Amino acid sequence: MTPESILFPLTMTLRVSLLATAAALVLGVAMAALVERWTLPGRDALDSVLTLPLVLPPTVMGYYLLVVFGRRGVVGVWLKEVFGVSLIFTWQGAVLAATVVAFPLVYRSARAALEGVGRNLPDAARTLGASEAAVFLRVCLPLAARGIMAGTMLALARAMGEFGATLMVAGNLPGKTQTLSLAVYSAVQAGDDKTALILVGAISLVCVVVLTVAAKLVKPKY
Amino acid sequence: MQFEIEIEKRLDGGGRSFALQARFAAEARALVLFGPSGSGKSLTLTALAGLLTPDAGRICVGGRVLFDASARVNLPARQRGVGYLFQDYALFPHLSVRKNVAFGLSGILRRPGREETARVDELLARFGLENLAGSLPRDLSGGQKQRVALARALAPRPSLLLLDEPFSALDIPLRTRLRAELKSLLAGLAIPLVLVTHDPEEAELFGQAFVVYDHGKVTRCFGFDEAAKEGKRPAELLAEAFAD
Repeated sequence: MTPESILFPLTMTLRVSLLATAAALVLGVAMAALVERWTLPGRDALDSVLTLPLVLPPTVMGYYLLVVFGRRGVVGVWLKEVFGVSLIFTWQGAVLAATVVAFPLVYRSARAALEGVGRNLPDAARTLGASEAAVFLRVCLPLAARGIMAGTMLALARAMGEFGATLMVAGNLPGKTQTLSLAVYSAVQAGDDKTALILVGAISLVCVVVLTVAAKLVKPKY
Repeated sequence: MQFEIEIEKRLDGGGRSFALQARFAAEARALVLFGPSGSGKSLTLTALAGLLTPDAGRICVGGRVLFDASARVNLPARQRGVGYLFQDYALFPHLSVRKNVAFGLSGILRRPGREETARVDELLARFGLENLAGSLPRDLSGGQKQRVALARALAPRPSLLLLDEPFSALDIPLRTRLRAELKSLLAGLAIPLVLVTHDPEEAELFGQAFVVYDHGKVTRCFGFDEAAKEGKRPAELLAEAFAD
């Protein structure tokens, strides 16, 4: 066991989960706002598809991602041709996997929070001359912020613990794509109980700190 | 101000349906839409404000066409220049009194300039809200909320003020006091208004012309003169309409 074998998975986990949570936050809120305004048929079907990563096993999501972003996948081929990059077996691939798995937690809570704003306050803003963008940014979003933050914290927790989809897309390459949850699995498989124990302690400590900070941020102001 | 309203709207939901077929023309500084709850008067008000799109018809106020289904005209609420006092006041709970009043004078990135700030100060002073400028709506009494809502609606200088049952959220002793207070505040503003109520006395206090609603239809439209011809006060005529 070297310090590197603890430190690398820890920093990789933080990097991947923070980036994935940021991406899930933006996508989740945007999709929630879109579905809320969606007046065409197929709204419920779209809602179900967007919630799918929450119910499907992570390995299934990982396989879907391989099909789409893999060497022969539609997006995978395009990325290779246009940018010369491949996401498979890279830490960026781990971010992709964690984003997809964490997305529904932001999306669902954002939908509930935006619905909870009701019609009256946005209508009041409209009569005061606000454009639809202003109604969303000045009224809906601030009022839904608490619910969205709560969902974002769940998304962060989910991203930090991501295992299945990450393994399928980014693999378990020590020093390259290995996150904490993957490193714990490898350590236990190798019978290295001491490393496993330190890793488990490290991730538990990080989670307690993150959740405590999050609880402070989410406290109601009005 | 001239009102020409001719709208149809069908609402379905929860196994029930409601059909609004409102048609009237009136010339008044203060118009009252009167009728029992669920008669379509509030629906007409939201259509006037542009918050509800009628299925068919035409809305013309002060010579300005706000909605015309056949000509495909439907001015969005933000361009109608109409102030709206909501039944529950609809104050933004995350904003202070000052920011609520300034809402219509600022944008996503645009902060109120010197002129806008002066306008907000003037309104806060006129409505006796200077000491509450920093308070959040949850810390206000019913009467204070109403004054904030009114100041907020008036800040962008609307050409018409709509009031949706302005006293229904208050208990009765407060209602009587606030009625007099609102009446004197509005008297100093000289802004045309449309008020929705189911209280005949309230209607008479605020209105010049009265539109009576029943089950989604306008059954009568009259002014003080017509009431006088029948030897009655408008409130008496309205109370009779209610009894039918």
